[in-house]
Amino acid sequence: MVMDYMLSEEEKMMIETARTIALEKIKPVRERYDEKEEFPWEIVKEFAQADLCGVYIPEEYGGFGKGIMGLVLVVEELCKVDGAIALSLAATALGALPILIAGNDDHKKKYLPDIASGKKLAAFGLTEANAGSDATGMTTTAAKDGDYYALNGTKCFITNGGDAETYTIFAKTNPARGARGISCFIVEKGTPGFEFGKKEKKMGIRASSTRELIFNNCRVRKDQLLGKEGHGLMIAQATLDNSRPGVAAQALGIAAGALDEAVDYARKRVQFGQPIASFQGVQHMLADMATEVEAARALLYASARMIDAGAEKRTSKESAMAKLFCSEVAMKVTTNAVQILGGYGYSREYPVEKMMRDAKITTLYEGTSQIQKNEIALNLIKESAANAK
Amino acid sequence: MDIIVCIKQVPNTTNVQIDHETGRLKRDGVESIINPFDEYAVEEGVRIKEKIGAKVTVITMGPPQAEAALREAIAKGADEGVLVSDRAFGGADTLATSYALSTAIKSLGKFDMVICGKQASDGDTAQVGPGIAEMLDIPHVAYVKKAEAADDKTIKVERMMEDGYDLIESALPVLLTVVKEINNPRVASLKGKMAAKKAVIKILDAATIGADALKIGLNGSPTQVMKIFTPPQRTGGEKFTGEAREVAAALVKRLSDLSLI
Repeated sequence: MVMDYMLSEEEKMMIETARTIALEKIKPVRERYDEKEEFPWEIVKEFAQADLCGVYIPEEYGGFGKGIMGLVLVVEELCKVDGAIALSLAATALGALPILIAGNDDHKKKYLPDIASGKKLAAFGLTEANAGSDATGMTTTAAKDGDYYALNGTKCFITNGGDAETYTIFAKTNPARGARGISCFIVEKGTPGFEFGKKEKKMGIRASSTRELIFNNCRVRKDQLLGKEGHGLMIAQATLDNSRPGVAAQALGIAAGALDEAVDYARKRVQFGQPIASFQGVQHMLADMATEVEAARALLYASARMIDAGAEKRTSKESAMAKLFCSEVAMKVTTNAVQILGGYGYSREYPVEKMMRDAKITTLYEGTSQIQKNEIALNLIKESAANAK
Repeated sequence: MDIIVCIKQVPNTTNVQIDHETGRLKRDGVESIINPFDEYAVEEGVRIKEKIGAKVTVITMGPPQAEAALREAIAKGADEGVLVSDRAFGGADTLATSYALSTAIKSLGKFDMVICGKQASDGDTAQVGPGIAEMLDIPHVAYVKKAEAADDKTIKVERMMEDGYDLIESALPVLLTVVKEINNPRVASLKGKMAAKKAVIKILDAATIGADALKIGLNGSPTQVMKIFTPPQRTGGEKFTGEAREVAAALVKRLSDLSLI
């Protein structure tokens, strides 16, 4: 039983559609994709066919126009069954958000309809080997050359890398200006000088591809610049404010899925002549897990609604809170689910060990938990200082 | 091309109950779904539409609540829904049902193809599809596992047989009944669900389609279900244990006592 979050009929429709795909199409193949570490194209087709790829994209660009809340509901529901396959969709949202946020109408008309229909996937290219939490440490450059920019450098840990068609790439157009010298470009797969490097072997989210992007004098037309030169880092921050609830939704979905598995197992597993669910030690674990999952959901939905309402200019703090809380809850709940299933929980025969492996990434990418705390604290101090004036 | 897909709303078979007084299925309080075989029929109609262009009309005979099944088919890509509904149709057997549906299909005008599931999960007769074809006086192919519609004149299909399949070419119009091997039905899309919510379902009663009152409902049904029951489970039988030689001797003696050998 889920609490009443006053979801609209269309929001319930998105949940129901995602649930049908998760149960009918993803559940039967989730172990195979985890084992083989393959990209789940057959499921991407299902997402596309069911209109799930464009839930957050405005209707005028072919989407379903249901905002970040729409994305959150769909990702949560899919991740209850599998936390990796849904990333093809969620990471595409991360790659498409810079276009939604900073693109002009031509950019939007050219790229968003194919992303909304699921014909093309997108990816977001910010991270580099020596520029993770500190994006200003990036060494990828974009040097202006007539009507073009020439990109040089290597991005790493790029979700959907190699499988996506549309990339939003951050590079320094003026290295001397630091944070104000970074710009954002749309780069299409197949552009000469744009190649893919090694694919990462990961602990979890193994059905999701994570690759290096290599730019070797890759010439991109100047009209592929998103926003103004030097505004790249602001675009990245605004993107993360909108995308972190997506990671939070992934974490929440994984946690909710693990909780269901744990309760189900505890009811059926008999030791000392009775179901282990009758032991107070187990009951209290389950009670904590359920309470944390519900609290995570309430915080996440409230943050997503706040972003969609658009009343506040920046939602960095709330978005970071949702991501921090949901991802930490996901780690706790999946670890305890494995604990409740005992030896079976540690076995790959049961789904909870994979849930625990998949959950870990949510405390790391799009900013570690520590970076979320920095973001929250910084905004607290700013707000307090502004009020003191 | 105009494609008619016949569907039936059935109780979800995982929790079906029978009214022992009347011998009919209890429908109240049981979740209703599109007959699973009809899901393949809807999907095939929609695939032909996507490939060569067609209008797909789903039709069902049933009580007013069967409208939900039509809307679900529209959510999965069908264009229009037609509900053949009238108290006078109640209690129909497969003959009366075939008559009512074929009469309703005729009343809709031109059609090139009728697609049905091979049978319904509740009655399991597999008679209504072929019955409709006979009354429409068109050819039919049952147990179709692959259909290739190239134009609006002919169609090539594969009919599943026990020892392989038959390759059949038929002129249109034709009626096909399909098996689950034919496709993998899609999940209803968000835009499909929105369209289904807004769709106007056409309701046809006995008078509108000009049905002969003696051929519909109980009046038009030569067969009647006398009783529905669950056959008693077979009991365990006899088991002989011990040394092979002793067991063999005991078994021969028992069979001989029963005059079976």
